[in-house]
Amino acid sequence: MVQGQGAQPVAAEPTAAPPGGPAAPTPVLEVTGVHKSFTGVHALRDIDFAVRPGEVHALIGENGAGKSTLIKVMTGVYEPDEGEVRLRGEPVAFASPLAAQEAGISTIYQEVNLVPMMSVARNLFLGREPRRYGLIDSTRMKREAREILRDYGVDVNPSRPLRSLGLGAQQMVAIARAVQIEARVVIMDEPTSSLEAREVETLFGVIRRLRDQGIAIVYVSHRLDELYEICDRVTVMRDGAVVRVDDMSAVDRITLVSLMLGREIGDVRKHGATGFADAAHRAEGAPVVAARDLRRRHQLDGVSVEIRPGEVVGLGGLLGSGRSETAKAIMGALPLDGGTVEVGGSSTRRTVAASIRAGVVMLPEDRKLEGIVPSLSVRENIVLAALPRITRGGLVDRAKQDEIVDYFMKRLRIKASSPDQRVSELSGGNQQKVLLARCLCLDPKALLLDEPTRGIDVGAKAEVQGVINELAAQGLGVLLISSELDELIEGSDRVVVLKDGRVVGELTGADVTQDTLMTTLAEAPPEPDLAGAPVDAVPDLDRTEEETHD
Amino acid sequence: MTDVAVRPAPAALDRTRVVGWLQDYGVYVAIVVLIVINTAIKPSFFSLDNFRVQAFQVVPVLIVALGMALVITTEGIDLSVGAVIALSSAVIPLYLGYGAWLSIVVALVAGCVSGLLAGLMVAVANVQPIIATLALMIGVRGFAVIVNGASAKSVTDETIGALGLDSWLGVPQEVWVAVVIVLIVGFVVRRTAFGRRLTAIGDNRAASALAGLPVKRVLVTVYVISGLFAAVAGVFLVGHGGYADPSNYGLNYELSAITAVVVGGTPLTGGRIKVLGTVAGAVFMQLVAATLIQNNVKNSYSQMVEAVIIIAAVYAARGRSGR
Amino acid sequence: MSTLNPTGAAGPTTPTAPDAGVNVDVTGETRLERITGIAQQQGGLVSLVIVFVAACAFSEGFADSGNFQSILVGNAYTSLLALGMTFVILTGGIDLSVGSMFALGGVLAAWGAGHGGIVVAVLLPLVVAGLFGLLQGALIAKARLAPFIVTLAGMLFARGLLQAISAEGTNTYLVPKGSPFLWLGDGTWRPVITAVVLFVLGGILLMRTRFGQALFAIGGSENAALLMGLPVARTKVLVYVLSATIAGAAGMLNASRLQSGVTNIGLGYELTAIAAVIIGGTLLTGGAGSIVGTAAGVLLLAVIQNLIGVHLSQYGSSASDLANGLFLAVVVLIQTTLTRVRRLP
Repeated sequence: MVQGQGAQPVAAEPTAAPPGGPAAPTPVLEVTGVHKSFTGVHALRDIDFAVRPGEVHALIGENGAGKSTLIKVMTGVYEPDEGEVRLRGEPVAFASPLAAQEAGISTIYQEVNLVPMMSVARNLFLGREPRRYGLIDSTRMKREAREILRDYGVDVNPSRPLRSLGLGAQQMVAIARAVQIEARVVIMDEPTSSLEAREVETLFGVIRRLRDQGIAIVYVSHRLDELYEICDRVTVMRDGAVVRVDDMSAVDRITLVSLMLGREIGDVRKHGATGFADAAHRAEGAPVVAARDLRRRHQLDGVSVEIRPGEVVGLGGLLGSGRSETAKAIMGALPLDGGTVEVGGSSTRRTVAASIRAGVVMLPEDRKLEGIVPSLSVRENIVLAALPRITRGGLVDRAKQDEIVDYFMKRLRIKASSPDQRVSELSGGNQQKVLLARCLCLDPKALLLDEPTRGIDVGAKAEVQGVINELAAQGLGVLLISSELDELIEGSDRVVVLKDGRVVGELTGADVTQDTLMTTLAEAPPEPDLAGAPVDAVPDLDRTEEETHD
Repeated sequence: MTDVAVRPAPAALDRTRVVGWLQDYGVYVAIVVLIVINTAIKPSFFSLDNFRVQAFQVVPVLIVALGMALVITTEGIDLSVGAVIALSSAVIPLYLGYGAWLSIVVALVAGCVSGLLAGLMVAVANVQPIIATLALMIGVRGFAVIVNGASAKSVTDETIGALGLDSWLGVPQEVWVAVVIVLIVGFVVRRTAFGRRLTAIGDNRAASALAGLPVKRVLVTVYVISGLFAAVAGVFLVGHGGYADPSNYGLNYELSAITAVVVGGTPLTGGRIKVLGTVAGAVFMQLVAATLIQNNVKNSYSQMVEAVIIIAAVYAARGRSGR
Repeated sequence: MSTLNPTGAAGPTTPTAPDAGVNVDVTGETRLERITGIAQQQGGLVSLVIVFVAACAFSEGFADSGNFQSILVGNAYTSLLALGMTFVILTGGIDLSVGSMFALGGVLAAWGAGHGGIVVAVLLPLVVAGLFGLLQGALIAKARLAPFIVTLAGMLFARGLLQAISAEGTNTYLVPKGSPFLWLGDGTWRPVITAVVLFVLGGILLMRTRFGQALFAIGGSENAALLMGLPVARTKVLVYVLSATIAGAAGMLNASRLQSGVTNIGLGYELTAIAAVIIGGTLLTGGAGSIVGTAAGVLLLAVIQNLIGVHLSQYGSSASDLANGLFLAVVVLIQTTLTRVRRLP
């Protein structure tokens, strides 16, 4: 079931397949022999990577494969320990992201890295505002912003604060900005995670235009369909090394997946790409969690979800669709404007502590921000939520504490030099296990998992997925949120599809496939106004309501 | 392919370890150095009498600094401590007629009330700690002066005077109280659930909230403690000086307290507290002041020296939290 | 990441941009949020108007041109501290040293007037204050120390320096009679006009230059500002230089008016400056605010202080202090609540 170290990976040596076509132009951005280590972790090993002008080059790999690190080396965030970065044949050493940008390398990130409180126009032109007589020309800036964004299908009053736009539109602004800067290379890191089908098409149009202009594009994504549609070449990374470089059309999907995972093709075909077992779980009995009509201004618009003991319910949807908010609402961590949450049949008081007492626990989305308490030890982190249970007369019962900690460190195979090691020193995978232990030591009835395997390496990922499976088999109700469709599809018994804070569909049984999920999302009707009565000074159009049916 | 812990203990990097050791224990070294220097200049420095004098100066600041350290650990700050000292000193003469101990209790309660206000503003109304305690700093001192009148009032009660001046077994009572407080704070921080929650909340408030910790309750409590400790310091000042002077008592105490905490190695960003370090920080700053006074360094220069020490301490402590 | 589909055929060719619409408005603001947004941003101005009108109506002696003049002139130079503070707070920082820069500027100016004339009197405070700002800015932006503690230490150091150069505060430098330096601060309206001009320039700097926009960005999301290629460290250093220099300049002008450099002024001025900025709608965490708001905040505080001074002076200065403290607390609480309604970070 779960893949161990034994399997032979496919095509482990980097093979640089000859480029398809006549004499290939020299790469515009090239990286040779690059190594990068952080304390104890050799993140990049002898990396060679090249992208040519007018080429859309896919860079793929699992979490922990080194894609992000490589990008950060190419964009001046990190300096390589060894090796060279060459821009148009000349070796370069970027001192900062600004330097890389000025040299013509522009980056689009998965999270919208713009300033939410500033207006759309200001965000678009920040740092390069058009000036007249030395002062910023606001009128021209707004006019040009409006024109530029129209080309991206975003037709809004450019004076609006950026955060008043939906996440997809915000991402389009970020993309527009990255492209405006006269770039020779545009690096896109998971650019479509918050985009719907229509928006993705717009983006692809932009990419094609850029390609025709001779700009090189590095495209990082998990979505194989997209890669096959838009990319010419592919570089596959695994464990900090490049395992394959080839034309996109020369590598088929299964091979791609097995390259990324380091597992045999036959194995992948049979068991799927994740550590989840094949058999679905039997869900029985009354729901352990019943959330009804959850409402919160701008975030949730009447979401209802039930979790029954022994079943894994997936929450599917794009970034910004309200999945994390739903989980937090169930947990009592999100104040609601309306709706109820019942655990084990009875309503809970809307606090996190009450939810925990009732048997619901949550693994948060961002473990750095909301999960681990960095300076505290592994031990203290694990029992953090269980303090009320191991405290007597105000004092922490050390014996009980250590019992719990030892048990879970063994059970989840948490690797640390000792339970007293600072949790910030652990790897991502082990940190995630610590958080999982924190949840499990509360003996929960329902487990809400928000991106449980994000940012952890392949091995730990499989382990975590295996544990989730076991828990469901033991009768826990599980809510699974994951942006990795494989994980979501293979891990869930049924999938509730969210879009813009509403439930737009539910997939059960044989319908739980990636295609059905994407179709459900694409076909969902445009959302009614979430905010009640939006007030906008500019009466002309801010919403384009056309639907495109794929 | 499960990975191992990221940072194995480096045996090789000697320089980092030396720097790390200095950061943790440097202040103790500095204290010893200062004592040695002072004794070399004037041998009578190393005498019980002188230590007693130094102790009387240190204790009020130390007690306030302990409360401040707790607040700083939650990523907060309490600028009102000086004003609370003034308030507690102002309250004492008012209630002296009902008995010394009663007046002390009322003074302590007053400190708690001020702390409660600060805590509520920070935890419930979500006001930034700087602003909340700034407002209290201004308002509470004003209130204290109104209550007491602008001029100092003499307080000649025996009990209170004894607290501020007498010794037990050769050691001033103030010092005994301070020792007890240090022990209690240390114990609370290390062994109680409250201490655990305190540091967790300061280190990562979001994570603590999601783990079900009673964030608001802990925050309010910590400001109440700070107010209480400041009130205790105020009582000692009255006992020691023999009069209540809310216009002048506690002035700049918040600065001294923050300095002691910072020099002692507790990061301003919260999440970690060094109780003994805070003690050392207070003692160190006192020694610095004593050294400068002994050598007739002008007030102005000693202020500048203090400022440089603060910067040096914060500079040395940065990058230590490993975040 | 899909798995078992071996076909890699591309989809149908897609139309380019204008046809494919983008779903835009998911999180429009509600009416309530717009109102509170306006209330929070213009709250200072609105309150000022209300208080002003009420004071004219109900407070004897308030609505008098002499009174207005004294309010405006008396606060003209100290208002500049709030101007500089606005820039700093917008980046999410704070500058506690402005009060001591003010005093230092005054003393240096007075000394300079007697030892080199108007040129020294004007330049010396600016240069020294600028250097202070540079040092503080470097510690904050490059060494990444907390602005609170750095400027606190700066305040302490500056006060010490001040005492040192004025013989422990015993020496007060007088501006020599007839010195051209006195022209700067002289006259009934010159201070006010100077302040207004500087505020206007400040507003232009904030809204119409790249530097000003960078301030908003850094305060709004420093990480994004970095990734967007803004010179974050340099901007931060500059903003502390700016704040210190403006404070020093204000002190210098004040010395011209007082005709001497007083060492004990400026105590607590930074707090009033911070209060004015916050009342004016600038978020303490940075990212949003305006010069107009700060101006309104300054005037509002001045009017309130004037009223308190008139009505409560009989109870002593501590009554005024108490009232000021209460007022500050109440106003900040209101601003914070408004911020929460708008769901600002």
